[in-house]
Amino acid sequence: MITPGLVEALTGIAGARHVRTAPAERLTYARDGLPTHRRVPAVVVLPGSRDELVAVVRLLAAHHVPFVPRGAGTGLSGGALADGAAVLLVLTRLNRILSLDPGNRVAVVEPGVVNVRLSAAAAAHGLHYAPDPSSQTACTIGGNVAENAGGPHCLKYGVTAQHVLALEVVLADGRIVELGSPGGEPWGPDVVGLFVGSEGNFGIATRIAVRLLPLPRAVRTLLAAFASLRAAGEAVSAVIASGIVPAALEMMDQSCIRAVEDSVYAAGYPRDAAAVLLVELDGHSDEAVAADTETVQELLSSHDAASIRVAADAGERERLWQGRKKAFGAMGRLSRDLVVQDAVVPRSALPDVLETIGRIAATYQVTVSNVFHAGDGNLHPNISFDARVPGLRTRVDAASTAIMEACVAVGGTITGEHGVGLDKLRYMPLIFDAESLAAMRAVRRVWDPEERVNPGKVVPVHACREWTGVRSVEWGVRSVASRDAPADSALRTPHSALDT
Amino acid sequence: MSLLDRVRALLGDDAVEIAGGADAVPRVAPASPDAVALLLGTAREEGWRVRLEGAGTWLPADAPADLALTTRRLDRVPAVEPQDLSATAEAGIGCDLLRQQLADRGTWLALDPPGLAGRTLGSVVATATAGPLRHGFGAVRDHILGVTFVTGDGRLVQSGGRVVKNVAGYDLTKLEAGGFGAFGVIVLVHLRLRALPRADQTFVLAGTREDLTQVAEDVAAAGLQPAALELMSPALARRDGWALAVRLAGSAALVAAEEAGLRGASGGRFTALRAEEAHGFWMRAAESFATRPITFRTGGLPDSSDELLDLLQHQVGDEWVSASPGVGAIRWAGDTTVDRLRRLRRTLAGLEVPLTLERAPWPIRSAVGHFGAYREGVGPLVAGLRRTFDPGEAFVVAVEGSD
Ligand SMILES: Cc1cc2nc3c(=O)[nH]c(=O)nc-3n(C[C@H](O)[C@H](O)[C@@H](O)COP(=O)(O)OP(=O)(O)OC[C@H]3O[C@@H](n4cnc5c(N)ncnc54)[C@H](O)[C@@H]3O)c2cc1C
Ligand SMILES: Cc1cc2nc3c(=O)[nH]c(=O)nc-3n(C[C@H](O)[C@H](O)[C@H](O)COP(=O)(O)OP(=O)(O)OC[C@H]3O[C@@H](n4cnc5c(N)ncnc54)[C@H](O)[C@@H]3O)c2cc1C
Repeated sequence: MITPGLVEALTGIAGARHVRTAPAERLTYARDGLPTHRRVPAVVVLPGSRDELVAVVRLLAAHHVPFVPRGAGTGLSGGALADGAAVLLVLTRLNRILSLDPGNRVAVVEPGVVNVRLSAAAAAHGLHYAPDPSSQTACTIGGNVAENAGGPHCLKYGVTAQHVLALEVVLADGRIVELGSPGGEPWGPDVVGLFVGSEGNFGIATRIAVRLLPLPRAVRTLLAAFASLRAAGEAVSAVIASGIVPAALEMMDQSCIRAVEDSVYAAGYPRDAAAVLLVELDGHSDEAVAADTETVQELLSSHDAASIRVAADAGERERLWQGRKKAFGAMGRLSRDLVVQDAVVPRSALPDVLETIGRIAATYQVTVSNVFHAGDGNLHPNISFDARVPGLRTRVDAASTAIMEACVAVGGTITGEHGVGLDKLRYMPLIFDAESLAAMRAVRRVWDPEERVNPGKVVPVHACREWTGVRSVEWGVRSVASRDAPADSALRTPHSALDT
Repeated sequence: MSLLDRVRALLGDDAVEIAGGADAVPRVAPASPDAVALLLGTAREEGWRVRLEGAGTWLPADAPADLALTTRRLDRVPAVEPQDLSATAEAGIGCDLLRQQLADRGTWLALDPPGLAGRTLGSVVATATAGPLRHGFGAVRDHILGVTFVTGDGRLVQSGGRVVKNVAGYDLTKLEAGGFGAFGVIVLVHLRLRALPRADQTFVLAGTREDLTQVAEDVAAAGLQPAALELMSPALARRDGWALAVRLAGSAALVAAEEAGLRGASGGRFTALRAEEAHGFWMRAAESFATRPITFRTGGLPDSSDELLDLLQHQVGDEWVSASPGVGAIRWAGDTTVDRLRRLRRTLAGLEVPLTLERAPWPIRSAVGHFGAYREGVGPLVAGLRRTFDPGEAFVVAVEGSD
């Protein structure tokens, strides 16, 4: 329980200025980037150093008080929210780049370092930190690790998990663990890989070693306009199947294009196009990038691109990207509220799924705009609405659910980069059976037996099968699919959409 | 009922491949994931100790057990999707057969693990043994989108999925990739593929280790991004001296540009191999590892690679060594003792470098362990994860040694 005595002890560690108890102060932290969830934390603490953070965690452990780590609060699944029984630990003051080793291309940072600051520091050495979420000017590396964040350039360079070498973590009980090794070779089982994407449920990352990559020497950016979503979707599949791996391959639909063009981020996108693809190719050699760009242009043309524009210089490239990276902000102007959705489908399913989403929007009479990482099949169907309109919230929820179901039905998943948090708990049983959810919960309890860090997130506990003791009797009589049975029945696991 | 009668009653007569080999351990080959679950559920009830086998070409099948579970009948490839560059395969498929099926559809799994070509996919994932292509395409885990596995008490668990980006739930796939079977039997794997490269060229330069180390640094400094940049000992490369092998793969334009860059960075000293020569070169190197009784891998920061090679040479010899200096990874093969391996692991741990024992006869494996000399706090986590996925200790896996 959070008692006045505990608050006093917290103040003793972090200082009065950095322990926030006044309602107005706590309200600032009631949401993250997603407007549909709201929780007011009991106390907010902003530790000023790793040692203060560890001391706070140990104090909370001694009192069995739940707590929630928070970076910049840009998360889009309600992951960084704490309720009245929990303490919110804001990590933005742990913002030092501890070392940057250009020879080995590694950096060690504290969790509160803002993503773009690391790339800026690395640029001096001709290097960059590749994962570039569109929120990179605000979000923290700690938040990126917890969410396994992606970004436009992750198509070629891989998501956060592929760039984290080692971690120092403070567990819920205050113990420190050192995961991985400085060179990135797992030390024992790959517990670094297991931690990345655990959404704050396994402990708090206090030090993060990441890989840096050389800045590409040659870059080409092009914008292709299409008369239909289907044509744009088919062009994406064609590029992927060609074997050329663009650095980025992003799609925006008409509603998004117009929102951007009506905003201060206007990038000169064609307003009458049904969709545009923003394609970037990069590499070491100018000739190779030029040749690949030509191949991609041919592919886009043969897939009915109405126009293709190649950025003439760095300024134009910047403007094309600015429109894309600020698209969420621009959409915010369409209406009072915006739900940013996140799902993934096999890339070949994009044309059909985009049409299905259009039909869902019509059925529920909501406005959906699409801006997303097309090359990965990672959709962001965003729903603009005004929560004050009676009944609209219910329709937005129903449309969101229908979209998730449509993505799962074609073999996709419910989140590609924003995480489950609170928002997607209800969709987890769409893709995982009770046994698999129980396995996740059991793993969480290895790290945090009391389930005290970021409670109530990621795994819908009510949907888990029990994970203790001896096998139940039904297993003994379960029939076994024989080798002669049709392949699909032999492979399908109970309640699973994944393996079929 | 005897163990064999019990198994036959559960899974049918044809699931028992060998009723009792030289070491009298019966080998059981379940034909479906559900059958694996049923078998392990029963093993848990009966207290049977189970050792896992794929095709049986990599680890010696000498772990003491009541029965051997082989995945070799789980050899279907339910899906290859060239448009999505993904595939789904059962764990018992041989890598050579899988490679052929993928190539027929214009796709490629960019992994070249050590060992014989017929190794099962499951064993490659379970041991996370990447080869020279790790330089350009990453570790084994980077190619795995999801897995289905069966725990030691017979639970069928899925993690990940078959799309290329996925953060739904904790990433248990990472635990299975490189878990040496201690956290479950992998039954199904979803793979990330690449398009078959239009151009694929290998270049080799022979010389002293010192000289080649410098060339490798120059190649990296020139910003080249080869698929493989591998430094190999003479025995492994079948050359008179050490060899530096560079593999360039991708579009014709990319390979041409990289080749020009390679020439520039090395003063034109590399020799290009013809396609068949290149194929034979990489295959022989991979297979050579299966001819020595012991292999391990280690890895540090790229600039420590040379120092680590010196250390290996000094402590265990360097007759069979292959290194990717650009990513700091080293694989060693040969013959040595428990004491030397333990000492080497301790020395490396002092340098913050792990040693993973990949393959050894059981007496050495069980004494040294696949893993050991963990960093702070990791031991209890690993123990907890093992209890979670194998509560009855059914799997006979030498996760940690006995020292
Ligand atoms: C050079 C050499 C040649 C040999 N030739 C022969 C031969 O011709 N015939 C023969 O019978 N034996 C041969 N052997 C012996 C052979 O190693 C054993 O027969 C064999 O059964 C070892 O198999 P394994 O399944 O452990 O290896 P692998 O299949 O390579 O498995 C390696 C590791 O992966 C784990 N694993 C495998 N599959 C999975 C999975 N799906 N999920 C989780 N974990 C998994 C295993 O537990 C093990 O830790 C040879 C051995 C050597 C060294
Ligand atoms: C406009 C906009 C665009 C976005 N674009 C992208 C995008 O392109 N790609 C993408 O992946 N995401 C994107 N996001 C989502 C979000 O920015 C990312 O999820 C980001 O990683 C969150 O970082 P944060 O610092 O804001 O974390 P927070 O929101 O503060 O926290 C997120 C989660 O991380 C946990 N956490 C934070 N720090 C730690 C730590 N040190 N140790 C353990 N757990 C911790 C929290 O408990 C919480 O569960 C976008 C968001 C916005 C608002």
